[in-house]
Amino acid sequence: MPDHEIPEITVRLTVNGQPERLRVEPRRTLADALREDLALTGTHLGCEHGVCGACTVLVDGQAVRSCLLFAVQLEGAEVTTVEGLSPADGSLNPVQQAFRDNHGLQCGFCTPGFIVSVTAFLADNPHPTDEQIREALGGNLCRCTGYQGIVRAVKQAAGQPTGAREAVELRPTAQAAS
Amino acid sequence: MKPPPFDYLAPTTVAEVTSALAEHGDDAKVLAGGQSLVPVLAMRLARPEVIVDVNRVADLDRVHREDGTLLVGATTRHVTLERDPDIAAAVPLLARTAPHIGHFQIRNRGTLGGSLAHADSAAEWPAVALALDAEIEVASTSGSRRIPAAEFFVSTFMTALGAEDLLVGVRFPVWGAGSGFAVEELARRSGDFAIAGVVAAVQRNGDRIERAAVALLGMGPVPIRLHPLEQELVGSPTASTDLDAVARDAVAGLDPPDDVHASGGYRRRVAAVLVARALARALQEAEGA
Repeated sequence: MPDHEIPEITVRLTVNGQPERLRVEPRRTLADALREDLALTGTHLGCEHGVCGACTVLVDGQAVRSCLLFAVQLEGAEVTTVEGLSPADGSLNPVQQAFRDNHGLQCGFCTPGFIVSVTAFLADNPHPTDEQIREALGGNLCRCTGYQGIVRAVKQAAGQPTGAREAVELRPTAQAAS
Repeated sequence: MKPPPFDYLAPTTVAEVTSALAEHGDDAKVLAGGQSLVPVLAMRLARPEVIVDVNRVADLDRVHREDGTLLVGATTRHVTLERDPDIAAAVPLLARTAPHIGHFQIRNRGTLGGSLAHADSAAEWPAVALALDAEIEVASTSGSRRIPAAEFFVSTFMTALGAEDLLVGVRFPVWGAGSGFAVEELARRSGDFAIAGVVAAVQRNGDRIERAAVALLGMGPVPIRLHPLEQELVGSPTASTDLDAVARDAVAGLDPPDDVHASGGYRRRVAAVLVARALARALQEAEGA
């Protein structure tokens, strides 16, 4: 460990479309910078070593662990957090709505990471198979739901049948609508 | 779980990196994708005084083919190795292996050079480099050199890199027509480090195996090349070789580690099955190629 005071470094980046200027210690992770310096507390910290996925954000469109990046590395980058994925009026986006409709959450701690990961996954792969969905969800841990509701939520967000009776009944069916 | 304080350098050329490493030596640590280093810092298993971030060194991010070699820059990310069609065409084993590494969020950041320099005994890239007789390109202020993969991995988390060395890139030989490649792993959950795994490459000439390269991961402190198995396969018919038997013989003398995930004996039995399975798939591909 260095025996002198570590100077803070200035970083300019875009967060949810807003230009931001941060003064941070080099050891400040992106996750801590978002939460502590920018008050964007939608990004959650579970394990702080890259396992749980709760801190997942988009950096230049790619889903990454924000606990495994230092804020000083983000000069010029475009960061999108879960706050940046919702419409400005506070309503839910289709991925969030799908989690709500399908009981894709219980306590909600892991949910922001899932929403960001699923958003990136569907942008890359709009018509996923069941196996691809389960593989893609592997990088986020949920200790409440048992994942079945989350898998159904991803299917709904991808415009696929979820296979769940309750989710189907909540929506007008083709016959009911006609 | 917060990293300890460090000074941060973000050079943009290889020369700047190597002079920083020459100045700080053991007190410096190179940061590439950070998917292994940052957890190590967060758990305070290391307390480097200086972090040298190499993500802004454009020369480390290049991939190009020259003659029979694919040169892959050290900071090439796993996701690029997974998806780039030119890489997949030149060295198919790279694209086959990448999806086995961590989760997609990890692959978006983690790098080839970082994985090799970290040298986790259960990591995939060390086994691929060893199987394909790759050469590791290294730079320091005293010049550049190439280290054969067979001499690069010293022990768990230990390589032939010195404190002043920067891993610059990896040279993978390009295999010709009639080749087949396969990766097989067993992990408790997809994305976890493998309990045991194997990467295999074969090339046929007519209906005979002309060339074979097989390496195991997770079976010891460093990846293990199965030279006797390869020698037995070369010259054998592509069909009708008893792969189960040769695979069992090949792993019989190994002494894999016992840990919380699996006993050494279990690893050996799993490895025999994975080797046979990988060879069967690689041969099947070679026959169609």
